[in-house]
Amino acid sequence: MSSKKDPELPVQPKSGFSRRGFIRGVGIGSGVLGTTGLLPKEAAAAPGAAVVGPGPVAMTLTINGKPVNLTAEPRVTLLDAMRNYLDLTGAKRVCDRGTCGACTVLINGKSVYSCTTLAIDAQGKKIETIEGLPVNNPVSAAFVNHDGQQCGYCTPGFVMAAHGFLREHPNPTEADVEHGLCGNLCRCGTYMGVRKAVVEAAKGMKGGSNG
Amino acid sequence: MATTISKPETLFGKRIRRQEDPRLITGTAVYLDDIKMPGMHHACIVRSPHAAAKIRAIDTAAAAGRPGVVAVFTAKDTGHLGAVPCAASLPGLRVPRHDLLARDRVYYVGHPVAVVVATDRYLARDAAEMVEVDYEPLPAVADPEKALAEGAPAVHPEWPGNVAFTFHQEGGNIEQAFSEAEVVVKQRITSQRLIPTALETRGVVADWRPGENSVTLFSSTQIPHLMRTLVAGILGMPENRLRVVTPEVGGGFGSKLNVYAEEALMAFISMRIQKPVKWVESRRENFTCTIHGRGHVDYFELAARRDGVMLGLKLKLIQDLGAYHQLLTPAIPTLSVLMMPGLYKFQNVSADIVGVFTNCVPTDAYRGAGRPEATHGIERMVDILAAELAMDPVEIRLKNFVGNDEFPYTTPTGLSYDSGNYAAPLRKALEQVDYPALRREQAQAREEGRLMGIGVSTYGEICAIGPSPSMPAGGWESATVKIEPTGKVTVLTGASPHGQGEETTFAQVVADELGVPMDDVLVVHGDTSVVQYGIGTFGSRGTAVGGAALFYALQDLKAKVKKFGAMLLDAPAVILSGGSCVDERTGKSVSFAEVAAAAYHAKRLPPATEPGLVSTHFWEPPNFTFPFGAHVVVSEVDRETGDIRIRRYVAVDDCGKIINPLLVDGQVHGGVAQGLGQALWEQAVYDENGQLITGELTDYALPKAHLMPWIESSHTETPSPVNPLGVKGVGEAGTIGCSPAVVNSVVDALSPLGVRHLDMPLTPEKIWKAIQGGQA
Repeated sequence: MSSKKDPELPVQPKSGFSRRGFIRGVGIGSGVLGTTGLLPKEAAAAPGAAVVGPGPVAMTLTINGKPVNLTAEPRVTLLDAMRNYLDLTGAKRVCDRGTCGACTVLINGKSVYSCTTLAIDAQGKKIETIEGLPVNNPVSAAFVNHDGQQCGYCTPGFVMAAHGFLREHPNPTEADVEHGLCGNLCRCGTYMGVRKAVVEAAKGMKGGSNG
Repeated sequence: MATTISKPETLFGKRIRRQEDPRLITGTAVYLDDIKMPGMHHACIVRSPHAAAKIRAIDTAAAAGRPGVVAVFTAKDTGHLGAVPCAASLPGLRVPRHDLLARDRVYYVGHPVAVVVATDRYLARDAAEMVEVDYEPLPAVADPEKALAEGAPAVHPEWPGNVAFTFHQEGGNIEQAFSEAEVVVKQRITSQRLIPTALETRGVVADWRPGENSVTLFSSTQIPHLMRTLVAGILGMPENRLRVVTPEVGGGFGSKLNVYAEEALMAFISMRIQKPVKWVESRRENFTCTIHGRGHVDYFELAARRDGVMLGLKLKLIQDLGAYHQLLTPAIPTLSVLMMPGLYKFQNVSADIVGVFTNCVPTDAYRGAGRPEATHGIERMVDILAAELAMDPVEIRLKNFVGNDEFPYTTPTGLSYDSGNYAAPLRKALEQVDYPALRREQAQAREEGRLMGIGVSTYGEICAIGPSPSMPAGGWESATVKIEPTGKVTVLTGASPHGQGEETTFAQVVADELGVPMDDVLVVHGDTSVVQYGIGTFGSRGTAVGGAALFYALQDLKAKVKKFGAMLLDAPAVILSGGSCVDERTGKSVSFAEVAAAAYHAKRLPPATEPGLVSTHFWEPPNFTFPFGAHVVVSEVDRETGDIRIRRYVAVDDCGKIINPLLVDGQVHGGVAQGLGQALWEQAVYDENGQLITGELTDYALPKAHLMPWIESSHTETPSPVNPLGVKGVGEAGTIGCSPAVVNSVVDALSPLGVRHLDMPLTPEKIWKAIQGGQA
């Protein structure tokens, strides 16, 4: 079963990717082996070696404005690096296939599925996670006001995706929000609350609050 | 001691933001996979890739020799342990023994065969690849009707024919009803297999503490106490040496109303390796190994008079059970039978269930659990009858509803509907959409060749599950309320909410009853060492049963508070007001904090009164509750592509009294989202070899933000007489009301083409084919 192979599998583009709106441009094909040969640009940011792995290598990630060091195999995804090596457990693993958005973080200001991004590739980039948000940011406050969460498992991903969306669409309509957040799944079905929340948050952010 | 007291506004009925949200919105809530422990090991389960096979040999040597691997377990190690429990009992039920790990045979894809334990989750998964299992594949059967056919492969060799049970129930005189009928309509209706898809997969952390001779089991579950009892039973260990803790649960929807092999396996492994061990299900495992829902093939026959009065309903129900029974698997279709008359007053029913084994993962309770299937059936049949008689589907419903003066109403399936006003939500919804104008618009659209549909469903459901005689392990719920020495209030509820928001609604009830601020109330749940025994959260019972237990615990506690208050004020009696005890004669009062301090310091005690302010109540409900409602869907079908556009979705639900409208709306929206998923997109597809084709979220189509219509949700409020809060339950209503409203709407749209029925999901391809067939 493929489930057992998850960590060592090349991230295979399945036929379902395009159908399910894989819109975030996280470089599926590039996330295969984590070797410099395949990843010249990112590997240039990797410290030292011309070829890395398959054993653990030292990496430095910039998360929420702070450099953090870890030693992990090149196959380790950004999501696993955060959750299993850095104790940043806000982002969630749900599909592990880049379809549900529960692992969304911002990389250089854009929403990215961290389950299909290799940690080694995220070096030298600005990573923002739910842990880095101010507690009372307008998006989170609006989610609470509009009951945009029930079990809460998709919520950190939704909040980060909403931040990424609002940076690019500061004046969205509810229809814009529906499409802008269609890369995130909520099985509790809170989409109506989320739509209202993101529209309200947009208004709050224009008021000059921290986003 | 203050002298003026103002009574605070009551919180019951207010849109209050959730107490749960701060930890969820910041990502700091602790779910199962967020738990880390010193020395924690990781387990990976080797599962069968075959739907049916003999196991000739298992070689674990290579895996055991891998770096970081501390142990590999197979049935040889676990064979002495108990089997996965089925709590449902039916006459003649065949219960296959489902061992924690397969012994010599596997019977569904994902069947656990071995467990590899390593110091790291990556190493465990790498090593699991090295376990060599020599399988001899056998023919499999994945379709319940094919499983019943002559010569079908036997899922369990000892039971050729694959029948796990048959069950008959009837009420009234069905033969007479059909002999008197002027019209009989028949239809085969399926409710397809669905995958519950809680976003958080299942997971377990087991922590054996040798010094305490006990195991702490963290599990993402809806039923911590039942799990404790059942896992202790599987392991043969004393129940009080097992502690089950439910961390934050990332959705359940019934899929975590269960005890699975992994809970017992991890507890066993932790004892063996003397270390904590974690197992977290992958999404693929969740789809192949956690229960599915629905899986009905229903043959309905509805007898009626030409004036639209319904006389009786026959049902032959084929339930796809899967390969073995999980906790409630065989019981789910019996709930469908109970609810088959819906809101209608015909008194003649007959139902025959055939429970069928297939080489698939078991079905069990998924949001609605038997009631969506029943409602989909009767609500489709009413529309089919209306079409047959050329009657308006609204008119035929109004003609057959149980009347407002008939409650409590005894159904032919033996239920007693508690209260209702079935026409009220329907009329409200129709007014909202301006039904006559919609029909006129539809006539116009049809002249223009457009396919516009109007669909109605009027559903009833059975909630607050349930009185103990109806439940294998009791149907009551428990609550403890403690006023702490400083006056703060702690509630321990035996219900185990996981997203429904009872930490908020229960705090509202406490604040109203005791007059304390909501922020002074903490609601605790999900830890068997902290909370008195409880049943759990499922079947829309959390508030309707657990909330009632809380209410009664509060009454007992209030009486004791008043005793201390009266003592402190030297008054014969006091009232509770604004968080204080007040002597109405003098206006003097003592605060809760003062009363609490007096109760715990115990320098003086009222007569025949013990120190402390704690009250526990176990509440046995005298009946179920029966919410109802009407959903109206306006749809338009694209003739060229078969695509369906939901133009309007109006839901008028009556769930009794509403404690928090914000949360009730959330439950309705969520319920409708899952009903819409079933109606339009979702289906668990197995191929003829028993391989799950829809095995990942890339292949199983869940509703997303841009696919959801705007739900116009409102309510009527008919209080339930069953519990003191008057609430009925709302967790599953949306799911139950939704799918027939959508399908009725789309069939209505296509009816000019001669379409009478369509089975779910209504994919564009299916609709397109129907349009082609209709026009041919």
